[in-house]
Amino acid sequence: MSVDTSSAALAPEGERLVSHARLVYFSSVSENTKRFIDKLGRDAQRIPLHRSEPELACASDYVLVVPTYGGEKGEHAIPPQVLRFLRDPENREHLQGVIGAGNTNFGTNYNLAAHKIAKKLGVPVLYLFELMGTPEDVARVNQGLDEFWTLRSQSRP
Amino acid sequence: MSDGVKLLGKVEAINWNRIQDEKDVEVWNRLTNNFWLPEKVPVSNDVQSWGTLTEEEKLLTMRVFTGLTLLDTIQGTVGAVALIPDAITPHEEAVYTNIAFMESVHAKSYSSIFSTLASTKEIDDAFRWSVENEYLQKKAQIVMSYYHGDDPLKKKVASTLLESFLFYSGFYLPMYWSSHAKLTNTADMIRLIIRDEAVHGYYIGYKYQRGLETVPADRQAELKDYTYDLLYELYENEVQYTHSLYDGVGLAEDVKKFLHYNANKALMNLGYEAMFPSTVTNVNPAILSALSPNADENHDFFSGSGSSYVIGKAVNTEDEDWDF
Repeated sequence: MSVDTSSAALAPEGERLVSHARLVYFSSVSENTKRFIDKLGRDAQRIPLHRSEPELACASDYVLVVPTYGGEKGEHAIPPQVLRFLRDPENREHLQGVIGAGNTNFGTNYNLAAHKIAKKLGVPVLYLFELMGTPEDVARVNQGLDEFWTLRSQSRP
Repeated sequence: MSDGVKLLGKVEAINWNRIQDEKDVEVWNRLTNNFWLPEKVPVSNDVQSWGTLTEEEKLLTMRVFTGLTLLDTIQGTVGAVALIPDAITPHEEAVYTNIAFMESVHAKSYSSIFSTLASTKEIDDAFRWSVENEYLQKKAQIVMSYYHGDDPLKKKVASTLLESFLFYSGFYLPMYWSSHAKLTNTADMIRLIIRDEAVHGYYIGYKYQRGLETVPADRQAELKDYTYDLLYELYENEVQYTHSLYDGVGLAEDVKKFLHYNANKALMNLGYEAMFPSTVTNVNPAILSALSPNADENHDFFSGSGSSYVIGKAVNTEDEDWDF
């Protein structure tokens, strides 16, 4: 049922877990985002929640799925684990797009983390969904990701 | 009130340096960072705008806000308090006391709007209406019956449905006025309430799911059925409540889409799949935009029409989030 232990994740290399998954995500212990990822049924790698786990190193291009956290004025919108993950230049290099998980109840902060990451790293926001996503969101993202990676593979020699 | 809410039998000093569930700390911080008081919002700037509403529109607005006041009163004095004896961690108890207090702040904020915009007689009439409206009273009774029950998980379901679904027949109206550039300061205050309720629904729903993991499969199945049954019972009543309020101004169908949309989100807060298909959750874009300025823009890059990403208005990439 879980895609956490994906075949794309190789054995830990020292303190790092090398991943070739096309989908990388962060999900807190509430696991809303993980539920969405599980419903997609795609190979996916979770960004570690705790410092005691090996850090994730992406060796292939991927799309990031990220929820928004934080309080007033949009500070600390990006989960600290995701920031730590993005401090690795190779992880930033391989990022191709962002999908955001949020809740419109948060007004102007809706999906702020996805927007911030996309703007900072010059990649598109591919899709936004709320909470754990509806069945329509799941179908749309699966179809969209198929097309996205097909186009990418065609546009490269 | 002597029946129903039990007090804890035994209390130990709460140690915030020994945390069993990190979500308790995260949500406590979130809620305390979000703290606000109605005095902060300049509702008096809406006096002129209030004068542009017809008598029927004013009456509707007063009634909607009185209905919301009742729900916040229930949640502040009974709902959140009723969750305390079932808490697994001392920090969870503390979060519920915060939720209970904020619900009382919300309830008071409507009175602050009333005293600014309406006469004493109009206010008294609206409160009398809230006692007499059968659908409003029914929704209060349904939820209260579960709060006075002794099933911890069912209480959490009822509480999450109140936080994430029952408010929205009311929240619709200030978003509607805001989208017509009316009562915009009032809408700013309601947005603060809407944000708070999202955290409450998320947290109580999360605690429900934690509890659900510990019970056998047949009990899990029973609770899932109970959740959808209760939602449907509340939904049918909400539809009638919506018609009783909004038929006069012709907005009932638009409000119902907003109900469906939020019912799905309430279910998701409890870890369950959305129930209403997208064909009936297509909320009026003006309402969605009043709720979240970025939400109605085209974020479906996959569709091909969105050729680049859309930057939210509040984006600031120069803050302390970035140090690489």
